Amino acid sequence: MSATTEVRTPDTTAPAPPPPARPGRRTAFFRNPWGKPRFLGVWAWGYIAWSIVPVLIAVQFSFNAGRSRSTFQGFSLQWYEGIFIRGSEQFDETLLPALMNSLKIAAMTVPVATVIGVALAIGLARWQGRGSGAANFLMLFPLVTPEIVMGVSLFLIFVNLYTAVPLGIPAMVVGHITFTISYVVIVSRGRLFAVGREYEEAAMDLGASPAGALRRVLFPLLAPAIFASAFIVFAISIDDFVISAFLCIEDCRTIPIKLYSAARNAGSPGLNAIATLMLVSSMTAITLAILIQRRFIRKQEGGQRSAVEDFARFEI
Amino acid sequence: MPTPTGDIVGQRRWYWPAFSAPGLLWLLLLFVTPFYAIVAVAMGGRDPIFGLGLPAWNPLEWNFTEIRGVVGEITTQSTLQDQFFRTLLFIAIAVTLCILIGYPVAYYTARHGGRWKVVLLSLMIAPFWMSYLMRMLAWVNLLNNEPESPGLVNQALLATPFVSEPINWFAGNAAPIAVVLGLVYGYIPFFILPLYAALDRIDKSQLEASRDMGASPGGTFFRVTLPLSKQGILAGSVIITLPMFGDYYTPNLMSGQPSVSMIGNAIERSLNNTGGQPRGASLTLMLSLFVALLMIYYLVSVARASRQARE
Repeated sequence: MSATTEVRTPDTTAPAPPPPARPGRRTAFFRNPWGKPRFLGVWAWGYIAWSIVPVLIAVQFSFNAGRSRSTFQGFSLQWYEGIFIRGSEQFDETLLPALMNSLKIAAMTVPVATVIGVALAIGLARWQGRGSGAANFLMLFPLVTPEIVMGVSLFLIFVNLYTAVPLGIPAMVVGHITFTISYVVIVSRGRLFAVGREYEEAAMDLGASPAGALRRVLFPLLAPAIFASAFIVFAISIDDFVISAFLCIEDCRTIPIKLYSAARNAGSPGLNAIATLMLVSSMTAITLAILIQRRFIRKQEGGQRSAVEDFARFEI
Repeated sequence: MPTPTGDIVGQRRWYWPAFSAPGLLWLLLLFVTPFYAIVAVAMGGRDPIFGLGLPAWNPLEWNFTEIRGVVGEITTQSTLQDQFFRTLLFIAIAVTLCILIGYPVAYYTARHGGRWKVVLLSLMIAPFWMSYLMRMLAWVNLLNNEPESPGLVNQALLATPFVSEPINWFAGNAAPIAVVLGLVYGYIPFFILPLYAALDRIDKSQLEASRDMGASPGGTFFRVTLPLSKQGILAGSVIITLPMFGDYYTPNLMSGQPSVSMIGNAIERSLNNTGGQPRGASLTLMLSLFVALLMIYYLVSVARASRQARE
């Protein structure tokens, strides 16, 4: 159905239908400005290539048989062995701990941030009274605060006031939770608005208690958003650099911190290999998040836009 | 016995706020209070023996020596002043480049994406979920000038007749180019998406109307599309300007030279020094005040947009 509306050409609106385009590109554009301007297409796809290809090249060199990161000397998995296999030729003892720290922190961040964030989203979406505006505003602030400000402020408070939380992994987990809560709220809130409150009200009219309506009606409807936000939190936590760097002292280096400290001075395809692992895990998490949203929301409402397009709107 | 809709919940005014309570408490304790810690450390004194910062939690005990010192440095010729103006310059150039590169991309995707739209969007969103550090690492690999195997950019340049030896992108005159490239490459996806959303919202019938009234395609673009997407350009620019002000890792990764260091580098360096906390906190406080206007502007416009969307 959506296809027909998209294909519709606005011939009817032009005073006279434009004559068939001649080969020349410029004239073609001015004769039929509703057609595709080719130079824009080249520009857009060129941009996409520029934004993706450098990363793909970095991935390619993680499979290099030599030490170079600019001349490919054959395919090899030696740099991946160097992460995991002690005693292998390219073994680097700092890489595996970095990977484990990243995963550990993400694993502790995800459940807490998701639970707190979903509850906050439900509260904010249904609470109409005094104070809800301010609460909404507070929730949005972490999204626009420069990370350096959050990093510095968390560092100073853990050092000067909340000394019960030691710098290192505990502080890093708390920091990650703090700045991912808002993402959970944004993702869940979209779904809450889409679902509306009619279903719960119907359930309560039929005799469900508020808690029962929540558990048996709202949670199942909200489940795709909950899982999607958990995966998104995982990806954000794995990729985070600034907050981690401010709160880490020793033995808590994550992959981004390792990349930061070694990229220029001690670069090797081993770094590309660990970066590739990080890339694969966050991209997998996000793909799952999008697939979950898409599959369930399609099924329930037959939504017309794709999940990707919905996602593109979340930021606004 | 039928209950009027919503009554059960309506009777308890605390019911929905209670859901928000843990999250709001968390944000109060770990987002708002830590921000106050910046103020307290910046306005605090120093311990007389070691010179370490002593936070002043009570506003009555605030002293402004550190802040005054930092303001003095920015207003006179100093390294900090150079860093401050360099930050403004780099951000201005990077945002301009983002607009010039990004607008056509967002425009094409919104208007002419057709059946490729979802693919284009997915590829545009992909960099969001790649670690910033991974993306910088990719450019460090491409730009490097190791004599035995220069990066691909240098290999390509050496193949032209203009360049005879690998360019050192990480130091000297080329370093600012590498840093601005890093900033543009790092932040442009965050600019394009909100702009795309704004362009995609424009009702096509408005453009058709403009054409019907006799406007040329160019006229339609400059007098209808561009004004209608102004909000998106502003939103995108603010979104990327905010983190750029706090960026210290891009200059460090792409160069590490003092000749390209920004305000963020000054903050990070102070906090790594023993006794540098008050200075670092003062700089962060000034940075926050500087970007606060941008943040509030952005949040207000988001709130307005989401209100309109719900109506």
